[in-house]
Amino acid sequence: MENTLKQIPADSVGIVSPQRLHFAEPLRLRSGRVIENYDLMVETYGTLNADKSNAILVCHALSGDHHAAGFHDAQNPKEKPGWWDCAIGPGKPFDSKIFFIVCLNNLGGCAGSTGPSSINPETGKPFGPDFPIVTVRDWVNSQARLADRLGIQQWAAVIGGSLGGMQVMRWAISFPDRLRHAIVIAAAPKLSAQNIAFNEVARQSIMSDPEFHNGRYYDFNTYPKKGVTLARMVGHITYLSDAVLSNKFGKDAIVDTFGRDLRSGKLSFGFDLDFQVQSYLQYKGESFSKNFDANTYLLITKTLDYFDPAVDYDGDLSKAFANSNCKFLVMAFTSDWRFAPERSKEIVESLLKAKREVSYLEIEADAGHDSFLLAVPRYMQALHAYMSRVAAEIISLPDISRESH
Amino acid sequence: MRADLSLIQDWISPGSRVLDLGCGDGSFLAHLKRTKNIRGCGLEIDPANIHLCLQAGINVIEQDMDKGLANFETDSFDTVVLAQTLQALHKPDEIVDAMIRVGKNCILTFPNFAYWRHRLSLLTGGRMPKSPQLPYEWYNTPNLHHCTIGDFDALCATKKIKVLHRTVVDDQHLHSTLANFNPNFFGVNAIYHISR
Repeated sequence: MENTLKQIPADSVGIVSPQRLHFAEPLRLRSGRVIENYDLMVETYGTLNADKSNAILVCHALSGDHHAAGFHDAQNPKEKPGWWDCAIGPGKPFDSKIFFIVCLNNLGGCAGSTGPSSINPETGKPFGPDFPIVTVRDWVNSQARLADRLGIQQWAAVIGGSLGGMQVMRWAISFPDRLRHAIVIAAAPKLSAQNIAFNEVARQSIMSDPEFHNGRYYDFNTYPKKGVTLARMVGHITYLSDAVLSNKFGKDAIVDTFGRDLRSGKLSFGFDLDFQVQSYLQYKGESFSKNFDANTYLLITKTLDYFDPAVDYDGDLSKAFANSNCKFLVMAFTSDWRFAPERSKEIVESLLKAKREVSYLEIEADAGHDSFLLAVPRYMQALHAYMSRVAAEIISLPDISRESH
Repeated sequence: MRADLSLIQDWISPGSRVLDLGCGDGSFLAHLKRTKNIRGCGLEIDPANIHLCLQAGINVIEQDMDKGLANFETDSFDTVVLAQTLQALHKPDEIVDAMIRVGKNCILTFPNFAYWRHRLSLLTGGRMPKSPQLPYEWYNTPNLHHCTIGDFDALCATKKIKVLHRTVVDDQHLHSTLANFNPNFFGVNAIYHISR
């Protein structure tokens, strides 16, 4: 086979390599448990300026990791770029010529940071179910330590979609002086019963797989493939909209088939895969199960379920935001039914009640919750517009000389 | 700046909180921020304008005011502004109610339909009035509920709304003697400063 170097687009951050940073100081968790020491996998794009005022933190969602943009392997022409490549890079909304962009794999993850699949030094075996449940607050505490390590006292902006947006809110509440802008995309102030119900189906799918072995499947050299596949299938449905599924599988069909394209042109009258959408979901779920640790999936669905920053403030989210100092940009997508625009509006309402500075956009998009990962033109333009303001503030910030880019 | 906006800025206190309904590109709020150090927020539905607000660092909420202001708390702003939009809303009386609930005081401007040229157009030409303030044809106008100074006075009386100031300007956006003499006849644009 010909060993061709891949073409790297001009607006890509290019070939990047993550770093593994070790943190030796114990981290006390919300549950009361302690992680004695841990590693975080971190990727950065762009250059930190002299007064460290141009740093932005990108927080990932359920299945994301530290690899948000660019490529890892110059030799592999088939490699897909990082999960938010459409938004990060030279000339893109999060412009690596202007900003120093930091993205990490969160604690409990399975992309290199310490998590259930890491070796527990006490036993010499993977933590598995012994790994403590971490909350969004714990994540943000670990991210603050990362900021300390990088010498970043204050982020120009902290940004995230979905579960990432929840981390952004937690930053604004826990560390009000450590960020100037909070960009909360397709998030919710807390999960609804329906959201938790879907997570429970996902967890039950995993835990009822015989290959799960009470979370110690590593010891048996196996993993709950069927369980994770099922969990991802149900999750995937909630990330998409009815319309996007119909369009995906109804291209050549007449309008009223609602994406019911058949695989072989006729019904099987059995329990085989009749419709395209069935094999699509199977494929999506299975490929996910090969790359994502089941215990991490369980853990992060719990992290989602537990998120509720208002709980310390008599259930009043506006009180939680009372001390936040940053400006907020909240965005939602019209077809998102997982975290619908109404949920973002709850956040906005609380911010208005707390008399915080907030902008809110409701982006017309038909791709459902997943829209936040896509290059929806208006979404990208809005991020561009907002970040150009953030960049202008960096240049006009008082004191000291600055590296020019 | 548009002359009606330039006139109303005197009624906005330095350092106050201002909500601008239909804030456009945010330039009025930006001006007030610069000159009066206000804390502002705009409502807008046009994406292009919203992006201009974001770029200018103006807080903007994408929200259709025809659906109300229920997400804003009572008395949460010092001044709520509605410039040249009242007549284009589905339920102008309800937005006035919402404004005086959310704002401690409110400023409204609208084209006075009883301006003498408009009257003349109907009386002699028998056609819907057109003017620099009302440049539309009857079939494509965004204006759904034209009103006059007399009408708005009556609405304020019915709702027991206090009129703190009322002024009218002519087509040059200037106060003229004639307009002061008979505002509902000679006034082109009405400007109201009201409160509960």
